[in-house]
Amino acid sequence: MLGNFDFNVIERSWGYLFREGMTFTLTLTALAMTGGIFFGTLLAMMRLSSIKPLAWIAGVYVNLMRSIPLVLVIFWFYFLVPYIGAYLIGSSQPIKVGAFYSSVITFTLFEAAYYCEIMRAGIQSVSRGQVSAGYALGLDYWQVMAKVILPQAFRNMIPILLTQTIVLFQDTSLVYVLSITDFLGAASKVAQRDGRLVEMYIFAALVYFVICFGGSLLVKQLQKKVAIVR
Amino acid sequence: MNYHWNWRIFFEASPDGHGTYLDTLINGLGFTLVTALSAWIMALVIGSIIGVMRTTPNKWAVRFGNAYVELFRNIPLLVQMFLWFFVLPEFLPKSMGTAMKQMTPPWASLVPAVLCLGFFTAARVAEQVRAGIQALPRGQNMAGTALGLTVPQTYRYVLLPMAFRIILPPLTSEFMNIIKNSSVALTIGLVELTAAARSIQEFSFQVFEAFTAATIVYICINVIVVLGMRFLERRVQIPGFVGPSVNTGAH
Repeated sequence: MLGNFDFNVIERSWGYLFREGMTFTLTLTALAMTGGIFFGTLLAMMRLSSIKPLAWIAGVYVNLMRSIPLVLVIFWFYFLVPYIGAYLIGSSQPIKVGAFYSSVITFTLFEAAYYCEIMRAGIQSVSRGQVSAGYALGLDYWQVMAKVILPQAFRNMIPILLTQTIVLFQDTSLVYVLSITDFLGAASKVAQRDGRLVEMYIFAALVYFVICFGGSLLVKQLQKKVAIVR
Repeated sequence: MNYHWNWRIFFEASPDGHGTYLDTLINGLGFTLVTALSAWIMALVIGSIIGVMRTTPNKWAVRFGNAYVELFRNIPLLVQMFLWFFVLPEFLPKSMGTAMKQMTPPWASLVPAVLCLGFFTAARVAEQVRAGIQALPRGQNMAGTALGLTVPQTYRYVLLPMAFRIILPPLTSEFMNIIKNSSVALTIGLVELTAAARSIQEFSFQVFEAFTAATIVYICINVIVVLGMRFLERRVQIPGFVGPSVNTGAH
């Protein structure tokens, strides 16, 4: 119990936990967020497009991703990406894709579906009249999107996009199923090695809590700042 | 691309000695449903209590409810799973802790998985219940008081019957989430649907058949839940009331 709590194990593994583990977690979160928002926005534009097949493809993709668990998606891509890679470069053997790239691709494509739904709501929150006004001024579709609609959609959705990113940050811990050394993976490896499960898992929970709770407080602050008074 | 497809793999005997690979998959589906349903009942009960606490005039009840929600929302589900599985038995009295560690195979991971998912989802349900109650016009609460109802009676007869109806759509998606999140329990050794697909893949090397089957099953569950809840929503909807939208971030 708490009497024989070994704080030393945390001190000893500090460098490993943060320099290796947390760096991986944060890099993965940042890359997946950037890629996810980019592809999510494209998907949202597709879903709202007047070209029916495009809207249909995006809808199927988003609904598929949202109805299967992330763990299954991680496994899917872990095995699928080498085959897709081989197909793309015309190789007859599945290519080797590192665990890092595999997880970046997985999280980008998975989160894109969730960011898509947020961006769709964001685009719809901008009144239709602005689109018409843009066309009336002679702008084409991409100009209307880039100059009129998307800047406002992003601004309206920033708090929700960031909340989703906090969830993404938490979900990156699931790369544990591929035995990758992210923050939780590092903590778990130290825990198994030193037989200090209790200390390491409580410490990991504490670190995640501090980061996510801090993040959600910042999002609340930001929400007040960026809210557009109508 | 020279992947060797073999869809007949599901009718071949699995090495665990209990029928075919198809049986492995069906067993997995059973564990997914049992885990998700038991955890969902837990989450609804605890979530409703915490959600109601957060709307009461009692300052300490509100603080407790907020603390609960923040605690369970800001720790990754996987870490919570490990806490219930590895850490909790160490903090229980010695005999209970040992009993928990020595449970026979499905129970040893099923019980922590249900507890974990139940408490985790309760925080999300609580957020919806709170939003549902607060979305009601303030006059309803006042009218209840004016009629001479006590606070518990106001909740029981006025606020909750309304609130639960208008939060049915977000609760549907929480229910979907709990089914999907039950796959995280594979990390503590529960052989639910995803783990079953994984074990088929490990034993037979038919990766894509196994994962395709699991994916199709998840999609079917999804469709059934959505259709069922749509039917329920039509039955209980209150014309003119739109549910609140709270953003809790989706997993």
